[in-house]
Amino acid sequence: MSNIVSADATGVRLEAIEATLGYNDTTVLNKLTAQIPDGAFVAIIGPNGCGKSTLLRTFARVLQPAAGRVLLDGKSIRNYRTREVARTLGLLPQTSLAPEGIRVADLVARGRAPHQGIFSQWSRADQEAVAAALAATRLTELSGHLVDELSGGQRQRVWIALLLAQETPIFLLDEPTTFLDIAHQYELLDLFRTFHEAGKTIVAVMHDINQAARYADHLIVMHDGAVVRTGPPDEVLTTGLIAEVFDLSVLVVPDPVTGTPTVVPLDSRSPRTTG
Amino acid sequence: MNRSGQTVDFGYRLATVRLGRLSVRFPLRAMLVSAVLLALASAAAFVSLRFGEYPLTAGEVLATLTGEGDDFHRLIVMEWRLPISVAAVAFGAVLGLGGAIFQSLTRNPLGSPDVIGFDTGTYTAVVIAILVIGTRNYWTLAGAAVAGGIATALLVYVLAWRRGIQSFRLIIVGIGVSAILGSANAYLVSRAELEDAMVVGFWSAGSIRRVTWDSMGPALLVTGAIVVSALALSPALRRFELGDDAAVTLGTRVNAARLALIVVGISGSALVTAAAGPISFIALVAPQVARRLTRTAEVSLAAAACMGAALLAAAYLLSVMLAEVFRPIPVGLITISLGGAYLIGLLVRETRRRGGVL
Repeated sequence: MSNIVSADATGVRLEAIEATLGYNDTTVLNKLTAQIPDGAFVAIIGPNGCGKSTLLRTFARVLQPAAGRVLLDGKSIRNYRTREVARTLGLLPQTSLAPEGIRVADLVARGRAPHQGIFSQWSRADQEAVAAALAATRLTELSGHLVDELSGGQRQRVWIALLLAQETPIFLLDEPTTFLDIAHQYELLDLFRTFHEAGKTIVAVMHDINQAARYADHLIVMHDGAVVRTGPPDEVLTTGLIAEVFDLSVLVVPDPVTGTPTVVPLDSRSPRTTG
Repeated sequence: MNRSGQTVDFGYRLATVRLGRLSVRFPLRAMLVSAVLLALASAAAFVSLRFGEYPLTAGEVLATLTGEGDDFHRLIVMEWRLPISVAAVAFGAVLGLGGAIFQSLTRNPLGSPDVIGFDTGTYTAVVIAILVIGTRNYWTLAGAAVAGGIATALLVYVLAWRRGIQSFRLIIVGIGVSAILGSANAYLVSRAELEDAMVVGFWSAGSIRRVTWDSMGPALLVTGAIVVSALALSPALRRFELGDDAAVTLGTRVNAARLALIVVGISGSALVTAAAGPISFIALVAPQVARRLTRTAEVSLAAAACMGAALLAAAYLLSVMLAEVFRPIPVGLITISLGGAYLIGLLVRETRRRGGVL
């Protein structure tokens, strides 16, 4: 298991400090500072191209900031051994690449890589973790099937099982419900909630503000490569914020089921002022 | 989560071995295929010992191998023919390994060192060493071959780099670089002395017949080192198959691991090029045929090595048998003609898969 002790006194697990990152001439993250509280379900929201995924991938250390730092448990993430980080945080990428002809269990078992060595390639712990990950994602029955033959929803569950098998305390999810129908979206979100309740720290880049408000307990709102606001959904989501960040006139009303804030766009053809 | 020592259904039969801290999972079919291929390679290598200017029977060869037989037979079999047959098996194995490594790294069945120019690069270095520097020392040639291969690989990577490596661009760039190096080779040969040009010309056909124990002894050591390093790097290779980002998040130091894999992958081609001249298409064909036979998603390194050994041993057997009825054909020419047909089929299939017009 991870030998990284839990969060420091402030309860912050991951932290970006004045991180700047860009491709060629465009700056994607501009001196961005953000914190991921320990045990939180964080949703990163913002308009397209605001740098959400870039921030997540910077946290996952897939991207290196040109300036600034990323801290994991108070220590620069670059000072950890690669494998140590891989046992602490796992990433569900936006699009994933499954080798042609691979079967479900084989793919899920690849999540065990940070726990394996040249001589320890399929330990009892590996086997138990993969079996548990398959069970938690309801894939046990499908474990011998080809990944290519699965439906979109099932395939996304395979990647989530791979992440589970990695047994990291922090999950980084890059738009995990994109491309799925509404039933599968909520199925996955409920799954993430059970992981969160089991003690995982979850950081998800999300497109749907209402889903973010419903499932996350902490929002990071981004605009133009910077963080605009952070905090609990019912404090953060206001008509003013949505207008400022998305340039959209909305009503913010309580979700009739959960009571969490819900954003309802106004009709742009017959504008009316909100009361 | 319930974790009461449940087993996992992988969808194929496998054997799990756990001894203390050691634990391995063996896919049975892949193991069986590898064993059969290795047996076929050995059989082809054995039969090829019979052929030559002084034909022997299988019984005579067997007697000589087991320490009986007369001195003349021992000279022919043990000193002249055996190193070549051993080379066919060993070189085939490292070529298959190199192909498997690069096809996994590029995630494309076309991405083998003989297609993307790395083999041409090792050959260019050897041509320069012979024609410009004027050496025929095996170790100098082997060193030049490794350096040429790595330099070509770096060149292809740099030219194909655009915010990361996309495998199809890498392959197209590699084919282009290969063509340029090919013309450089032709130019160097055209301005050489006749005798030197003939040496290089024969070399370019790729014949393992020039192998002797003097060069094969060290080559076997290098082969062993390549096989061990490749197996040690195979977990990293598996992680690259999921993409570079996934490789990072699964705990791979991607740049170091990729460089190590490139060096090991090229060492195989370099070793063979230095000892025998370029032998094409084993690296391209072996991993993919092995993959079809093992029915695994990944290109299994062990199966690819055994397949390479079987293919080259069979090609060599064909070459000595052809010599009986026709004339000696260098094994490199045999692999080129058989592999060329395979390459055409593969290109057509890949283009169709990408929605092309072929």
